[in-house]
Amino acid sequence: MENIAIIGIGMIPIKANYKTHNFADMAWETVNAALADAGISIKDVDNVITTSNDFWDGRTISCMAVGDASGVREKNCSCVEGDGTFGAFYGMARILSGSYGTTLVTGHTKGSESISSLITNAAFDPIYERALGPDMISGCAMQARAYMEKHGLTSRQTALVSVKNHGNAKHNPYAQLPMDISVDDVLASEMIADPLRKLDCSPVSDGCCAIILANEEKAKKLCKKPVWVKGAAFTSDAYFLGDRDLADPRSLVAAAKKAYAMAGITDPTKQIDIAEVYDAFSYQELMWLEGLGICEPGQAASLLEKGDFAVNGKLPVNASGGLLSGHPVIAAGLYRIAECVRQLRGEAGAVQKDGAKTAVAQGLNGVAGQSHCVWVLGADK
Amino acid sequence: MEQDLSKVTPLVYESRIGVPYNWWAGKTASRFFETIAHDKKLAATKCDKCGKVFVPPRKTCPECFVDTNSWVSLSGEGTVVTFTVVTRKLAALGKRNPPVIFALIRPDGADTAMLHILDNIAPEKVHTGLAVKPVFSENPKGHITDISHFEPV
Amino acid sequence: MAKKRVAVVGTGQTMHKSHRPDVNGQELIHEAVKTALADAELTINDIDAIVIGNMDHFEGINYVDCWSVDGSGGWMKPIIKLTTGGTTGSTLAIGGYHMVASGLFEKVLIIGWEKNSESDTTGAITTAFDPIWDRLVFAGAIAGLAAEGMAYMTEFGITDKDAARVSVRDRKHACNNPYAQLRQEVTLEEVLASPMLSDPIHLLDVCPRTDGACAVIMASEDVAQKICPTPAWVWGTANRHTYTYVGDLNLGEIDSMKYAAAELWKKTGITEPRKQIDVIELYQPYSFAGIIWIEAMGIIPRGKGAEYIWSGATDMGGELPINPSGGVIACNPIGATGLIRCAEACTQIMGKGGARQVPDVNLAVSTGFGGCFWTDILLYGKQKPDF
Ligand SMILES: [Zn+2]
Repeated sequence: MENIAIIGIGMIPIKANYKTHNFADMAWETVNAALADAGISIKDVDNVITTSNDFWDGRTISCMAVGDASGVREKNCSCVEGDGTFGAFYGMARILSGSYGTTLVTGHTKGSESISSLITNAAFDPIYERALGPDMISGCAMQARAYMEKHGLTSRQTALVSVKNHGNAKHNPYAQLPMDISVDDVLASEMIADPLRKLDCSPVSDGCCAIILANEEKAKKLCKKPVWVKGAAFTSDAYFLGDRDLADPRSLVAAAKKAYAMAGITDPTKQIDIAEVYDAFSYQELMWLEGLGICEPGQAASLLEKGDFAVNGKLPVNASGGLLSGHPVIAAGLYRIAECVRQLRGEAGAVQKDGAKTAVAQGLNGVAGQSHCVWVLGADK
Repeated sequence: MEQDLSKVTPLVYESRIGVPYNWWAGKTASRFFETIAHDKKLAATKCDKCGKVFVPPRKTCPECFVDTNSWVSLSGEGTVVTFTVVTRKLAALGKRNPPVIFALIRPDGADTAMLHILDNIAPEKVHTGLAVKPVFSENPKGHITDISHFEPV
Repeated sequence: MAKKRVAVVGTGQTMHKSHRPDVNGQELIHEAVKTALADAELTINDIDAIVIGNMDHFEGINYVDCWSVDGSGGWMKPIIKLTTGGTTGSTLAIGGYHMVASGLFEKVLIIGWEKNSESDTTGAITTAFDPIWDRLVFAGAIAGLAAEGMAYMTEFGITDKDAARVSVRDRKHACNNPYAQLRQEVTLEEVLASPMLSDPIHLLDVCPRTDGACAVIMASEDVAQKICPTPAWVWGTANRHTYTYVGDLNLGEIDSMKYAAAELWKKTGITEPRKQIDVIELYQPYSFAGIIWIEAMGIIPRGKGAEYIWSGATDMGGELPINPSGGVIACNPIGATGLIRCAEACTQIMGKGGARQVPDVNLAVSTGFGGCFWTDILLYGKQKPDF
């Protein structure tokens, strides 16, 4: 693959409620932050991909709300519906096609404006499932049980993810829920859909994130600290939860395999320095780490207990605090990419992993991680 | 006019989008609901290529990507593959009150599991592998709730 | 220059109808996919990635990329959803092009679909507009179109009879297209006598609501000619989604088409579009657009559109047939519509048009329209582009 770089990132702090901002206001602030970070103007961007979702936005053609604010007026543009990592993938493909040199990719969500349970209920099949009343939490709770029973994991073990990530968030100015909590606090929090308790679940959030991708020529010209895309791939599993082995994230395994092949990674357990994974629920961080090949199936919990995934551990995972500390759904994967960029540039402050050279970021779509997008990023070309 | 926005109180515009839907079930799903109404059985499709039996019935096998031309009739008795007990009144539950037990149930003779609700069992008694059977509604309407719920055999 | 040149090697459509109660959405999608695979003589295993789209609120299904995999063939494959409103279908074609041109995927399946019978189309479209400023005063798509038609009429003195001529043309062409939903000729008098929906638009000036799906397979130059002896090469794509608010529109002179078309002609070396292009599949949701938008496209000078239509130049057998398929007025499954234009334009290049075939097509254009007067446009050629 030809070299593609991330030359700028922009994030706004993730909050429970941006009453002061509509979608366009959030996008405007984020896009300008990304342009400033890259040290360029909107004129240097030659095409734009916005990422949004009509259900979350309560609006058909949700991309229309952020067009002006994302600078599309005189540019070619498109909209990916789904996680921002998928939007970034299309943005990258547009550069690789030779059609464009720089793509601005944005993703926004205001979870505060809708009722998440009803929005995710609409992801269930209207004929066979929806009227029964499932949503993202109850769907993922069934996955949590399948995964935990398969590997004999306890709620104490999964709770540790929440403790770690809320603790990491204390060092992240963009995080919504920095917290000092213990495993007992997690276990004492309200049971929502067993085995998932309140502190096992990510919060409802508002947020917006933007990244700017560029080809090698533009990156060298425009940017002092490019971060390089080493590989990216996505894959979907079957739709019906009952068609899948919910404890086996095979579509993530497939996507990771492809992304690693592009990146020349043969041993992810050794060659990856930092990971930002889609921890919408505490168990998911463990399950996705295994799917990403960062450890063997069933081993993530014990490695977490050993401290391997802590900020000062062997392979810090969600050093940013992850989604448990703020989960603006559609933007979530872009935040993961942006957090990896901060690490690879050495700008992650108190949670910086010394000498981080290779990072993995993950995004997903659908209930219980049906479709995954994996990015491998590098500090060096 | 005042140039500074710092004293402006942001308004929240309360609204909802309401779009009515008529979801065409299609002939395959219609057969499923007809079979519940007439025979109190679960109609499943079978892929002639890989032999998998699908519940809910699928017109095409997602793996082989061919039409599933065969039908199989199942009693609906099966086992719980995984489940959750919802204890918070999540909005999607609608008129149901917690605790609500969602389960993926693999009917005997099927290769896939279907989502439904367990009832007539204490939540703490539910476990994976539990043998359950469907309880059909007295007044079938061509709706997934024509299976009222599943309960222990 | 594209990293890999890209060609359309197969297309598939459902028989478009007002209602398809016999299938659900996934099953409808599957019909189009199966037809496209058969057209290209490929199997789903040959497909490296899938690009799919529709408009969420027409069916009320969230994460359609995930939900559709039984029908799309996306099981354990990369599948991505693009959605831009009415332009969705053309956005998908442009998306599929870039996915293949990038070299990341060799063969990509592109799917646009809609079951408009499943919801209140106007109610859903109205939610596209800003909830604070536009939504409460804007009744679906037709009000904006009527405003455009009126603005143009006022400036150039044309009448609803001029527009009706476009509708007569497209409805006649549709009789040649087995996939079209409405296949009935109408007279000028019938169009003008049909109920006024929103002055100056009559019922027979506008598109219907449709259930339908379309699938297109694009392949890289490494394999395209092995799959299809006469593929339709994608020469270029351009789009403009210029405006966000209805009040910003330059009504009567569609800016997005003007800028997108100018960019496309420049990129592909087209200097005289009217002479060089052999056929256009125009996403034309109402008849007035058949006059106004071909001016913006640079086919004829501004204000001369009606005269050009009356000359018969855009009829079958004319110098530049427009919408041999019958176009959007004959059939409009919204998320598929822009992709149907792509499939139809490519069918013309492949010479597979049957009764609707235009002779000797070397260059064909398809467009998409939607959002706040947005335009997508693609150019296809029988020759592989040398740029
Ligand atoms: Zn099969």
